[in-house]
Amino acid sequence: MPEKAAGPEPGKGTGAIIMATPTLDEIGLIERYGPHLQYEPSGGWTDYPDSTLVKTHCCFCGVQCGIQLKVHENKVVGFEPWEEFPVNRGMLCPKGVKRYLQNDHPDRLLAPMIRTQDGFREATWDDALNRTVEAIRRIQAQYGRDAFAMLGGASMTNEKAYLIGKFARVALRTANIDYNGRLCMVSAGAANKMAFGVDRAANPWSDIPLAKAVIIAGANIGECFPILTDYVWRARDNGAKIIVIDPRMTPIARTADLFLPVRPGRDSALANGILHVMLERGWVDQEFIEAHTTGFEEVERLVSQYTPKRTEAITGVPAASIMRAAEIWGPAETSMLLHARGVEHHSKGVENCLSYINLVLASGRIGKPGCGYGTITGQGNGQGGREHGQRCNQLPGARDIENPEHRKFIADFWRIAEPDLPRTGLTSCEIFDAIEAGKIRGLLTISFNPLVSIPDADRTRAALEKLEFLGCIDFFLSETGRYADVVLAGSLQEEDEGTVTTGEGRCVKLQQSVTPPGDARVDWEILTDLAGRLDCKEYFPYAIPNDIFRELAAASKGGSADYSGMTYARIEKNMGIFWPCPSHNHPGTPRLFEDGRFHHADGRARFFGYEYRPPAEDVDSEYPIFFTTGRVVSQYLSGNQTRRIGPLVDQYPEPLCEVHPVLAAKLGITDGDIVRVQTRRGEIELPAHVVRTIRPDTVFVPYHWPGRKSANLLTNRVLDPISKIPEYKVCACRIEKVAL
Amino acid sequence: MPDREGGIVNGFDFFIDPSRCIGCKACMQACMECDTHRGRSMIHLEFVDRSVSTQTSPVVCMHCEDPACARVCPADAIKQTEDGIVHSSLKPRCIGCSNCVLACPFGVPHYVAEIDQMMKCDMCFDRTSIGKKPMCATVCPSQALYYGRAEDIERMRVETPINQFQFGQQAVRTKVRLMSTPATDQLDFDILSFMPESDNQVPDITEFAIWGT
Repeated sequence: MPEKAAGPEPGKGTGAIIMATPTLDEIGLIERYGPHLQYEPSGGWTDYPDSTLVKTHCCFCGVQCGIQLKVHENKVVGFEPWEEFPVNRGMLCPKGVKRYLQNDHPDRLLAPMIRTQDGFREATWDDALNRTVEAIRRIQAQYGRDAFAMLGGASMTNEKAYLIGKFARVALRTANIDYNGRLCMVSAGAANKMAFGVDRAANPWSDIPLAKAVIIAGANIGECFPILTDYVWRARDNGAKIIVIDPRMTPIARTADLFLPVRPGRDSALANGILHVMLERGWVDQEFIEAHTTGFEEVERLVSQYTPKRTEAITGVPAASIMRAAEIWGPAETSMLLHARGVEHHSKGVENCLSYINLVLASGRIGKPGCGYGTITGQGNGQGGREHGQRCNQLPGARDIENPEHRKFIADFWRIAEPDLPRTGLTSCEIFDAIEAGKIRGLLTISFNPLVSIPDADRTRAALEKLEFLGCIDFFLSETGRYADVVLAGSLQEEDEGTVTTGEGRCVKLQQSVTPPGDARVDWEILTDLAGRLDCKEYFPYAIPNDIFRELAAASKGGSADYSGMTYARIEKNMGIFWPCPSHNHPGTPRLFEDGRFHHADGRARFFGYEYRPPAEDVDSEYPIFFTTGRVVSQYLSGNQTRRIGPLVDQYPEPLCEVHPVLAAKLGITDGDIVRVQTRRGEIELPAHVVRTIRPDTVFVPYHWPGRKSANLLTNRVLDPISKIPEYKVCACRIEKVAL
Repeated sequence: MPDREGGIVNGFDFFIDPSRCIGCKACMQACMECDTHRGRSMIHLEFVDRSVSTQTSPVVCMHCEDPACARVCPADAIKQTEDGIVHSSLKPRCIGCSNCVLACPFGVPHYVAEIDQMMKCDMCFDRTSIGKKPMCATVCPSQALYYGRAEDIERMRVETPINQFQFGQQAVRTKVRLMSTPATDQLDFDILSFMPESDNQVPDITEFAIWGT
C-alpha cells in the first residue's frame, strides 16, 4: 500500500507501528499462534475416572447434534454420544467426534494482546479494552459513527447475536453491523420471507422420512450435514424417490434415483423447466394455488417458455431427466424439497431459491406431515444467528429495521430514542468495499475470519491493511486476527452457556462445560465491559447469559421469530423448542403453515417467477471453465478451529482441485499433478484430483484454507441484489498443469 | 434367554451397508476415541476407486465363525470368545508375522509396525462388554454401520442381511451381517452418463460457445 511507505498519516498513530498490518512474518505467526495440530486430549490418553459428562451440542453446522462432552478438571478431554437427543440419536460426523480437541489447545489465546513492532504482546484487559474504546471514539469523532463497523458470526449463540446487534446500535451507534451469515444463509432467508412471509425452514427434519419424493438441490448433505443422510435414507426405505441436483456427484447423489448434473449458475432455469413439465402434465394443485397463493399466473406464463429442450440447452441436464424429475415430483403423495448453498451462493441466489419454492407451492404439498420445504443452514447457529438483530437490516425477533412500527418497538424496548436507532447498514462484503473506499476506518470482529471467507481475498487483505484500527474477539488467532491491533481473548462454544436455533428452527440449550482458561473471558462479558467503557453500562445490565436470553425472548415478542414463551428450563426439558413460541404454555411450532395460512398479512404464499439470467461472470474463450467451491466433511468454514485438530487435518490435509478425466486429458493433467487455476482475480496452485464425479466443464476447490491455496483468491465478489450474498458457486477460470 | 451373553446385549447384531456409506470417516475417528484405543482406529474405510466414484466401504471385522486369521496364527495370539467375537491379537503372543493380514478374506487385520503387533476391530469390546453399542455404529451418520436387532433392520430396510460368503473354494460364515441390495442392475458413476451427449466434451477453447445465453 502506498500509504505505508509514506509514513505516519493523520490518525495513523505514532507511525512506529503501521495499523492493521502484521508485524511478524507468517512463519513467526504460525510458530507462535498455529495452526498446531492437537491429536489427543491435553492430559494424554488416560482414563479420567473423575470426569463428568455434560449434555450439550456440537459447535459445527446447523444440525447442532446433541453430544456429551467429557470434562475433567475444567478441561474437555473427550466425548460420549448422546443417544437420547432426538435429532441425531448419538450419531456424529468426524467434526463432532473430534470437536473436543479444540479445547485446551496449545494455540488457545489466554489473554488479550496488543500488536507491537514484532508481533503481539499480552496485555491487561484494561489496556486492551481502553485502546479499543479510544480507537472507536477517535475514528467516530473524526469520520462519523458509521465509519466504525462491526462484524459478528452465525456460529455464536442467540444471546451473543442479540447482544452484538444491541451493542453495535446502542453502544457503537453504527449502522454498519453485519455477520458472516451474509456469506451463508441470506439468499434463502430473503426468499423464504418473500414467498412465505417468514424466514425459517417450514418443516422439522422428521418430515423427511415421511416424504415420498425428495429433491435435494445444491446440498452436499453427506459432507456438510452428514446426520441428515440417515433421514434421507430412511425416506428411501419408506419408498421415497430421491432427486439430487448438483454439478458434482456427491456421496448423497451416488445412489439417488435421479441425478441432475446441473451446469453451475443455471438453477433457476432448471426449476422453471421442471415446473413447465408439471404444468403440461397437470401435476399442480390448482385448488391449493387458488386458495393459498398469489402470483401463479405470471409464473405459469414465464415457465411456458422453459421446454425440456430449451432447459437442457441452458442447464446441461438432459431433457429426459428434466421430465423424469417432474414425473417423480409432480404426482407424489408427499414430498420435501431441501436446498443449501449450491443454490444460494449466486448473484441470483434469491431467484434460484424462489424458483425452487415454486415447485413446492405448485404441488400444494406444504404444512402437512411429510410435506414441505427446508433450507439447510450451514453454520452452527445459522438460523438463530440471523434472527436477533446481528444483521444490518434486522432488529430482534427478525424485525425489519426500516419498518416504523418495528423500529419504535425496539427503540422503546431498549429505552433509546427512535431517531437514535441506526437504519440499514452495509452488508459484510459491502463493509470491505467501504473500507477499500476509505469510508469505514475501524472494525471490530467477533467469530469471523473474512480474510479466508470473503471472495477476492487479495482485496480483503488490502482492505484490512487500510484500516486504522482492527479489533478481533476470538479464541484462536485467525488469519484475519493477525492483522489486528487489539486481540481480545474470547470464549469457545463449550466455555459459555446459551441457546442456538438449529436448521429446523429448534432452539436448543448449550451448557457451559468449562470456564475460559487463563485470562480469557466469555464473549458477552467482553462486549458488556466494552459497552460500559463506552458509557452505556445501563443498557447492558447482564450478570449471566440467562439475563440476555430473557431480554431477547421479550424483545422478540410479537416479532416474526417469537421466542417469548421460551425459558432455559423449558428448552432443556423439551430438548429444544421450535419458534414461534409466543407464550409459556405454547408448545412451539415444529411445522409451519399447518393451518394453511402463510405469514404474509393476507395469509397467502407468493409465487415469484424469474427468467434465467447467466452468472455475473460466465465462461468465455479466455476463461473457459467453471470454477465452483464448497466444503469437505472434515473441515468447518474458514478452518480457524478445524485446521488445528490433527485427526481432521489428516483426513483431508490440503485443498485439491477436482477435474474430470475428459478435461484432464485435454490439458495433459494426471491425478496428483500440480495445477494452476486462474481467474480474473488471482491464481492458486494445488494438486489435481482427477475424478469422474464432476462435470468436465467445471472444477471444484474446497474453501477452508488460507494463503496461496485459498479458493477465495479466485471467487467473484459480486453480490445478489437482494440478499447481498456473494457468488461463491460460479465464476470463470482457466486451468493448466504447472511445469515442474 | 438371558439378557446378555458374554457381555454382549443378546439379540443385537452388527450390520454393514456400504450402499449407504458417505465416506465421512466418523466411524474411524470415533473408533480412535474408544477407551483403550488411545488414538488408533481399529477399523478403516476404503474408497473403492475414488477416480470413478465416491463409493466407500467401511471395513470392520466380520467376526467369522471359523476365523481364518486365528487359524493361520502360528503364535495362537488371536482368540475367539464364546459370544463369537474374534479379538485383536494378544500382545504377549503376537509375533508380528502378518499371517493373519494375508489370510483374512475381508482385509481386516492391520499390522502396526510401531508396536510390532496386529490390531483389529473387536466389536468395541470396551463398550459392548458393558452393554453399550459399538462406537462406530453409534456415531455413523448414514447408519451404514448399524447395531441392533435383525428383526428391526429387516423391517426398516429393503436390503437383506447376509452372512455367508464364498471365496473360491472357501465358504465363510460371519457374525457380522452385510446388507445386500435387492436387484440393482447397475449403478452408473461417470457424470458423463447423466449429461446430454452433446455436452460430454469440453468445448475447444478457441471455438468456445457461451452456454445458455
